[in-house]
Amino acid sequence: MNQTNLSDDLFIIEGCSAAEGDKIGRPQTTYWKDAWRRLRQNRLALLALVLLIVIIFFTIFGPSICGYSFEQMSSDMNKAPSAKHWFGTDSLGRDLFARVWIGGRVSVIIGVVGAVITTIVGAIYGSISAFAGGKVDSVMMRIVEIISSIPYLIVIILLSLMINDSGITSILLALCLVGWCPTARLVRGQILQLASAEYVTAARVLGVSSWKIITRHMIPNTMSVIIVNLTFRIPGYIFSESFLSYVGLGIKTPNTSWGMLASAAQQNMFFYPYQMLFPALMIGLTMLSFTVFGDGLRDALDPKLRR
Amino acid sequence: MESQPLIQVQDLKQYFPLSRSRVVKAVDGVSFSISRGETFGLVGESGCGKSTTGRSILGITRPTAGKILYDGADISAFNRAERLRFKKNAQMIFQDPYACLDPRMTISSIIKEGMEVHFHYSKKEADEKVRELLSQVGLTEDYASRFPHELSGGQRQRIGIARALAVEPEFIVCDEPIAALDVSIQAQVVNLLMKVQEEKRHAYLFISHDLSMVRHISNSIGVMYLGSLVEMAESSEIYAHPLHPYTKALFSAIPKPDPDQNWAKKRMKLEGEVPSPINTPEGCKFCARCPYAKDICRQQTPQLKDLGGKHMAACHIL
Amino acid sequence: MAKYIVKRVLYMFFVLLIVTTITYFLMHNIPGDPLTALVMRLPEQTKANYYAKYGLDKPVWEQFLLFLKGIFTEGTMGESIRYPGRMVTNMIRRYSASSGLIGGIAIGAGFLIGTMFGVISALKKDKLPDKILSLIAIFGVSIPVFVVASVLQFVLTATFPILPTMGWGEPKHTVLPILCMSLSPLATYTRYMRSSVLDVVNQDYITMAEAKGMSFGMIVRRHILRNSILPSLTILGPNIADVFTGSFIIESIFSIPGLGSYYMTSVTDRDFPMIIGCTIFYTAIYILSLLIVDILYVLIDPRIRLGNRE
Repeated sequence: MNQTNLSDDLFIIEGCSAAEGDKIGRPQTTYWKDAWRRLRQNRLALLALVLLIVIIFFTIFGPSICGYSFEQMSSDMNKAPSAKHWFGTDSLGRDLFARVWIGGRVSVIIGVVGAVITTIVGAIYGSISAFAGGKVDSVMMRIVEIISSIPYLIVIILLSLMINDSGITSILLALCLVGWCPTARLVRGQILQLASAEYVTAARVLGVSSWKIITRHMIPNTMSVIIVNLTFRIPGYIFSESFLSYVGLGIKTPNTSWGMLASAAQQNMFFYPYQMLFPALMIGLTMLSFTVFGDGLRDALDPKLRR
Repeated sequence: MESQPLIQVQDLKQYFPLSRSRVVKAVDGVSFSISRGETFGLVGESGCGKSTTGRSILGITRPTAGKILYDGADISAFNRAERLRFKKNAQMIFQDPYACLDPRMTISSIIKEGMEVHFHYSKKEADEKVRELLSQVGLTEDYASRFPHELSGGQRQRIGIARALAVEPEFIVCDEPIAALDVSIQAQVVNLLMKVQEEKRHAYLFISHDLSMVRHISNSIGVMYLGSLVEMAESSEIYAHPLHPYTKALFSAIPKPDPDQNWAKKRMKLEGEVPSPINTPEGCKFCARCPYAKDICRQQTPQLKDLGGKHMAACHIL
Repeated sequence: MAKYIVKRVLYMFFVLLIVTTITYFLMHNIPGDPLTALVMRLPEQTKANYYAKYGLDKPVWEQFLLFLKGIFTEGTMGESIRYPGRMVTNMIRRYSASSGLIGGIAIGAGFLIGTMFGVISALKKDKLPDKILSLIAIFGVSIPVFVVASVLQFVLTATFPILPTMGWGEPKHTVLPILCMSLSPLATYTRYMRSSVLDVVNQDYITMAEAKGMSFGMIVRRHILRNSILPSLTILGPNIADVFTGSFIIESIFSIPGLGSYYMTSVTDRDFPMIIGCTIFYTAIYILSLLIVDILYVLIDPRIRLGNRE
């Protein structure tokens, strides 16, 4: 075999620096930008987001598009969907398209606002409890435990009985009065976990004030958990509201919501199924989209799944 | 020669109550001192209390008993301003490079965090300082805007060092700083620490279970077992002439690169169970495993005695 | 351990007391009372007699104390005002049987089948079984129970008359209600188990078990199931509360004489004794199930040492 003659000057020493040795070849990015990028890759979650935006769009503009008022009664009673009434009419001749979207406003607002309020209240309560520690923490958590021992719906039923007016604010009040407990527990648990994190210890050794530790280290690291929790609570609130209205304890006429529409359509289910179909479909789709989006959000924000 | 050591630890005790009757005596009466520009190495098995000692000194946990003197002053008597100054002067490098950096902060903010507490630099000055520190630890300035998850373990540890150096401390507790790193990186980090120490005359408490590395960096070494110091001497002396049975067993386990030497040396094996730090037995804590144990060892706890030339050991046999 | 149970049981009574008090006072603040409809057209004196008979003319706190006395001395919660002569405790006992039956089977089936689905879904991740089961799960979690019930009722009774629309008394009456009520727990447990099993399966000890040569079935039984069931247990308790709410609706849709529908009617009728009785009952069951779940949790997870905390 002919051994190729490899002269030294065929090789140029590239050199190697120690720092280059473990350089990571990845473009730099912030935590939130990276999460957004991963979210975008999840097509199902994006689809859910688009669907939500469409639904919200219609709740805002739907009633104006079709040209009927949601209260306007006519003689076209119980008509099936047609070119004139896109979703059909109800037993009083009211256009269902308009009613569904007006009802949607109520349901979605209650869902989102309810979830946001209880999350904020729960987060603040949980943080205070975690920081206070000791006896204060024990007492605060005892209260949460006691409230959590009561079946949620029982409280809501009783509270709704007390409320005379049927507006959105009173329903919201009833829903929020006990809904903050799971969030409080969650946030407290997170903060306690973070409190023993090594980088928090490092900040303490550096002499950083407690306030700065909280705002700079603990809150940002808790945010992702809170946000995901919020997204999952929204369908829960939409459901609670529709349940209440369905059994007649929630929104009352003349206001309407998806739950109310479903309830009214219950009797006519066998004859005019479309009356039930649209509100039920909307409830289902909205809850579904929030859940799917929440799934995607949780996966995107979880650093362990980073690829 | 310094008039007095920078850090003096006197009979430090750190107990953790588990329940009303059970107490973990993590640190049970430890004393030593470290002068400026010197490194005191603290070695021992996992769970012997070395990390806890370091944390007690810095005040991360409040010592159950004992005194810690910084430059002659008792740190428990400090007022707020003095405590803040102590925080500036006493820093720590942590064991786990993956956990000690906030994943949501940029490297630059991490390094600046301490500076903001103790100094008042303008933004330009702070950025300049960050650049300086990065190059001091051997990293280029483009690392400043990156995030911890983009760095390797060795790089993160260097950031940890940079963060500690940023506040210009006089005393640094290095808590197993190389345990989580590759062997090649370990040497780099230790050399970096030594280089910085030469320049700034820091006092180091170097905690490790890596016996060969500790020898390289330490001036004196203390061997801990179950919360107490069993032997303390200058590093060359202790490696050459270990006196306490535990130290002898420990050092006999250090592998030597030359395989012939390994076959030749006698390996001292320790029999018996490691007692739990919760119900420490009467007498010498090591007696259950000690091949030379006598009756007196089971009854009386041995104290550290100077056996000549500042070589101290706690054993009844010596 | 026994100490812990005793502590929790005492705690349970304490909470029940608080809940009862709050409910009692809340209830007397709602507009309307049980007798309004009954006495509307009666002369004043008769009205007064009615009110006196039920003690509704006394101040609320006095009524409350009398109520408590009744429970502790005679074990009774009074008579239903709406249905005079019927004791609240008897009514609860009678009607909770049917609710309990449906609810119990629904949760049991939901838990068992949902767990199974979750395991299958995780082990066949991203393959067809996973996609189908995850789809079912996500629908089950998102579609409200009354929608499901209405749709199923429509499809399975009217369109294809397989099952009776409503009524009670024979096994065939239980099929639809149980089906409707179990969908939501089934979906929830599928999702929880799936994510939990995915976490466990990636652990090193599973790889070790495989390397040891353990059969797959054994690995699932001995390692995977035990370790991944814990998160599902934590939601078992709250799940029971959800089943209560489901029962309210299901019983009305399918005309089942269960406690749920009686609770709803007593609420609308303002039948105070019945409302209080049912509320206490439901709360007690709920707290009891939370306690049972916590005990199960300790039994299964040796890492938890209740009562021995630092």
